[in-house]
Amino acid sequence: MTAGLAAALERYEAVIGIEVHCQVRTATKMFCACAADADPDEGAPNSRTCPVCLGLPGALPVINRRAVEHVLATGLAIGATVPSATRWDRKNYFYPDLPKGYQISQLDLPLASHGSLTFDTSAGERTIGIRRAHLEEDTARLIHATDPDGRKVSLLDFDRSGMPLMEIVTEPDVRTAEEARRYAEELQRLLRYIGVSDADMERGQMRVEANVSIRPRGTEPFGTRVEVKNMNSFRSVERAIEFEIERQAAAIDAGETIRQVTRGWDDDRGITYVMRSKEDSEDYRYFPEPDLPPLRVDAAWLAEIAAGLPELPAARRARYAGTLGLSAYDAGVLTATRETSDYFDAALAVAAAATPGTAAGGTAAGGTAADPVVSPKALANWITGELTRLVNAAAGADRGRIDRSGIAPADLVALVRLVESGEISGTSAKEALAEAFESRRPPADIVADRGMRRISDADAIGAVVSDVVAANPAAVADYRAGKEQAVGFLVGQVMKRTGGRADAALARTVLRAHLDADGSQGG
Amino acid sequence: MSGDLTRLTAHAMAVGLRAGDFTAEELATAHLDAIEAEDRALGAWLAVDRTEVLVQAHAADATLDLARRVGPAMSATLHPLHGVPVALKDLVSVRGGRCTAGSRILAGYTSPYDAHITERLRAVGAVILGKTNMDEFAMGSSTEHSAYGPTSNPWDLDRVPGGSSGGSAAAVAAYHAPVAIGTDTGGSVRQPASLCGIVGMKPTYGRVSRYGVVAFASSLDQVGPLARDARDAAALLHAVAGRDDRDSTSAPIPVPDGLLSLPDSDDEAAAGIRGLRLGLPREYFVAGMEPGTEARIREAVTLLEAAGATVEEVSLPHTDYGIAAYYIVASAEASANLARYDGIRFGLARRGGDVLEDYLATRGEGFGPEAKRRIMLGTYALSAGYYDAFYGKAQKVRTLIKADFDAVWAAGVDAIVAPTSPSVAWRLGAKLDDPVAMYLTDVCTLPVNMAGLPGASIPAGLSDGLPVGLQLIGRPWSELELLRLARGFEGITAGAPWRGVEPPGLAALRSASSPRPADRAAALGAGDR
Repeated sequence: MTAGLAAALERYEAVIGIEVHCQVRTATKMFCACAADADPDEGAPNSRTCPVCLGLPGALPVINRRAVEHVLATGLAIGATVPSATRWDRKNYFYPDLPKGYQISQLDLPLASHGSLTFDTSAGERTIGIRRAHLEEDTARLIHATDPDGRKVSLLDFDRSGMPLMEIVTEPDVRTAEEARRYAEELQRLLRYIGVSDADMERGQMRVEANVSIRPRGTEPFGTRVEVKNMNSFRSVERAIEFEIERQAAAIDAGETIRQVTRGWDDDRGITYVMRSKEDSEDYRYFPEPDLPPLRVDAAWLAEIAAGLPELPAARRARYAGTLGLSAYDAGVLTATRETSDYFDAALAVAAAATPGTAAGGTAAGGTAADPVVSPKALANWITGELTRLVNAAAGADRGRIDRSGIAPADLVALVRLVESGEISGTSAKEALAEAFESRRPPADIVADRGMRRISDADAIGAVVSDVVAANPAAVADYRAGKEQAVGFLVGQVMKRTGGRADAALARTVLRAHLDADGSQGG
Repeated sequence: MSGDLTRLTAHAMAVGLRAGDFTAEELATAHLDAIEAEDRALGAWLAVDRTEVLVQAHAADATLDLARRVGPAMSATLHPLHGVPVALKDLVSVRGGRCTAGSRILAGYTSPYDAHITERLRAVGAVILGKTNMDEFAMGSSTEHSAYGPTSNPWDLDRVPGGSSGGSAAAVAAYHAPVAIGTDTGGSVRQPASLCGIVGMKPTYGRVSRYGVVAFASSLDQVGPLARDARDAAALLHAVAGRDDRDSTSAPIPVPDGLLSLPDSDDEAAAGIRGLRLGLPREYFVAGMEPGTEARIREAVTLLEAAGATVEEVSLPHTDYGIAAYYIVASAEASANLARYDGIRFGLARRGGDVLEDYLATRGEGFGPEAKRRIMLGTYALSAGYYDAFYGKAQKVRTLIKADFDAVWAAGVDAIVAPTSPSVAWRLGAKLDDPVAMYLTDVCTLPVNMAGLPGASIPAGLSDGLPVGLQLIGRPWSELELLRLARGFEGITAGAPWRGVEPPGLAALRSASSPRPADRAAALGAGDR
C-alpha cells in the first residue's frame, strides 16, 4: 500500500460493487447448437457459427438447458432465491459485435437473487451480499488490425457470439481492494468446485468489473461511482481498485467532482484511464424476449441440481478447521482447489478406515497399535508440503494437480503411516515420495526396495556404534573430557553409516551406554 | 393444355398427377409460362428460377412414377401437395435463394439455410415456384410498401391486392400458383385473401414454426396458407404445421390429419354447419364500413342460419383499443427485430466513415418510409420513461382483448363470424399518404393476432364487382373446425352466381400493352392531381 493510499484511507472509505461475467461450461452455445466446448478465440475464426449466432434473418434462439442449470447451481451455492418462473429480455443497442442488435439477457427476473459469499481476508472473515446472477449471451470478438495496404480495419470473429455468460453482481458491500480480490478468488473457487465454469481470468472466461466510489469515513451517502474494467488478473483487481481509491481521494481533495465514467486498467502503467463517459447513459429499451417462452423452474428440477452439488469450499474449510482442528491457514490451502480438497478427504477416509476403533478394518480397541493413527494434521502437512512442492514443479497440464500426481491417497496414507510409526525417517519418506512421483510407483514399494526402513534393533545399532566409537577416538576423548556436544557428532556418524535409517533416539541411548560402559571400564 | 392446368385446384392437381394425366413438370411449366406472360402487369413475383423449379418438378415426377409402378399403397403415402407448385412470400428462407422481405436493405442477401416450412414443403414433395411480393418486412396492408414496386389486384389492376402478403394473394387469384405461403401479423394473410377473393388462414400462434421466416413482430407473426378453396388451404397448412425444436414458441400439439379429408361433396360439407353456435361481434361493424361489405356479411350470416347454424350477437368490448395496442406491441418488437440490418454481415452495406455513419447510411438508404416509421414508433414506445405508459399498457390491453374472446368461448360459441376488412380493395395510392387510414383497415383482423387465435378469410360474394371476405375466428388450435366451416360455406354457396365470376383483370394481364403496376399507380396519382 502506498503512502498516498494509506493517507486516503484514513479519511475516506471505499464502497465497491463487483460485477463478474463468466463463461458457463457447456457443450453448445447459449441459444444455438454451435460448439462451445473449446476456447472460442482459438482456431480458425468464424468456424463455429450458424444462422442463430450470426443473427441472420429468420433465425430464432433456443434455451440451453445446461447453462440454466449451471446458474441455478450457482444460485443454490450462494444461498440465493430462485424464482419459480423467470423470463428473458432483449437489451437493445447497436454495435458491430452484437449481431442481432440486441442481447438476450435477463432484467427483472434473474435466475438467482439475494445470495451471499463468505471468504477470509487478512482482517478476518467477510460476507458479501450478491444481488443477482443471471444468464445472457456473449458478443462476437472485435479485432482491430491493419490490412496489407496499411489501412486500419476491424475484423469480427463470431465464434464467441452466443457463448453462454453468467453475470454475477454484488451489493455495494465491498470496502477494500483486498476484499474485492478475495471475493473474486472465492467466487472463482466456488464456480470451479461446482463445475460451472473454468473461470480462467487470463483466458477471458472470468471478467471482473468494479464499481468504485469513496465517501468520507463516518458518512452514509455513496459517492459518484466509477466503473473499472480490463482487470485481467486477481492482482490487477486489487491494484486497480487501490489506484482508483487513491485517485478519487486526491481528486476530491483537490476540489474536483468525480464524474460517472468507465475507466480501464492499464496493468503496465499501473493506472486507470477514461474509456468512455457514462453521463449520457445509454437507454437499452429492455423488453421481454418474445421469441422465448417464460422459463419455469420446478422444485423437482431444483432438487435434482441441489443433489448434484458437492460440499462447498466454505463448508470444507469449516470442517477442516473445526472438526479436524487444522489451522485456518492449512484449511485454506487444502481447499484452494477442489482436487486438493477431494484428495485430502480421500486420504482422510483411508486413514480413518485403517485406524483402530474408528472404522471397520481397524484392529480391536486396546489391541497392539499395529496400525497407528495417521493424524489429519500429518496428512495435511504432507499434502500441503511435499506433495504440493512436487506437483507444482511438474510440467504441462499436470502442474499443480495433486489428483494427477500418480500418488493415490491410500499410498500417501501408507507412507505417512510409516513415518508416524517411526518405521522410516522423514527424510527417507521424502525421498520415497519424490521417487514415487517420478516413477509412478507406490512409495511403500520404494521404501521396501531401497531398504529404507529404520534400524530400531538395539543389537544392530550397537554394532554400528562400536564401529563409530572405534573410528572416532578424538570425539570419544572430547566426550570423556565432558564435552556433551560430542554425542551429537557421534550420533550423526551413526546416522551417516546407516544412511539415515537408524532410529536416532535409540542410537543416542546405545551410544551413551557404550561410551559410559567403556569409560567405567577404563576409569 | 397448360392453360387449363393452372385453373385446377391443388387437390385436383394431386388426383391428375397420381393418375398420370399430367406430370409435375407440365404443371410447373404451365405456371411458369403464366408468370412469364402475365407478371409484368401483375407484379406479384420477386423471384422465379425456372431451372430450379424444373429440378424440383423432375424429382417429384420420379417419385410419382415410382408410386404408379408400386401401386396405390405408395400413392396413398404421398402428400396431396406432392408435385404441386407453391408460392412463398419473399420472407421465407430458401437455401441459396434471395430473401428480401420486400426491403432494399436485403437486396443481394442469399439465405444460407432453409426455413422450417421450406424443409417441410420439400419433404412433402411440393415444388417451390418462387418468391412473392410483399410490404417491406410485412409492414403494410396494400403491398405498396415494397421496395420492388406495387402489385395489382387481379380483380381490378388499378387496385391494391391488400397486404402484406399481397403478392401471394394476387398470384393465387391470378392462377399463377394454386397455393401460396403468407404471413399474418395483424391480418396480412386474411386481408389480402379477402381483397383478392380467395381463402387465407392465420393459424393459432405456435401452430407453424417461424424458424427461417424473417421476423416482423415475433409475438404476433404466424405463417399461413392462401388458396383458392378451403381444401387446398387445409392441405398447405397440414404440410407446414407442427412443432419445431428450433422455434421455442412452436407448440407440441399434433396436427390433425383431418385437414387432408375435408368433405368432397358440397352437401356433406354444408351439413357440417348444422348445430353450430356462431357469434357475430357487434364491435366489428365499425363506423365507415362499406355498405356493400356489410351487406355481404349479413347475407352470409343468413345463409349460415339457413344451413342450421345459430348466429348470436356477441361483444368483444376492447376491440376499439386493439389498433393502438397492436401498433405499439408490433412496432416495439419490430424495432428490435430490424436492428440486425446494420450492413455489417449481409445485405445492403453503405460506408460512411465510422461505425455510426455506416449505420446511418445503410439503414437510411435500406429502409423504406413505413419501416422507418415503425422503428421510430417502437423505439419511442420502449424508451426509458415511456415503457409503462406504452408497451406496458399495450400488453395489458392485449390481455383484455384475449379475455374478450375467452368470454365468448366460455359462453359456448363455436366460432366467430365477422368481416375481414371494412372495405373492398382500394385504388393504388389511395391510402399511401395516410398511414392511419391504412392502419384502420386492419381493425377486424389484428385482435385475432393479439389473442393468438386462428382466423380465416373466405370469399363471401362481391360488392361492386370486388370480393368481400368473411372472417372466421376460432378457439386456439381449432384450425380444422374453422376450415370445415369454411368448406361448409363453400358447400352452401356452391351455386351462388358470384362463385363463377373470374377476376376481370385476368384478361388485361395477358395483354402485352398492359402497364406495370407501378405505372398504373403513377397514372392514378397523376389523375388525382
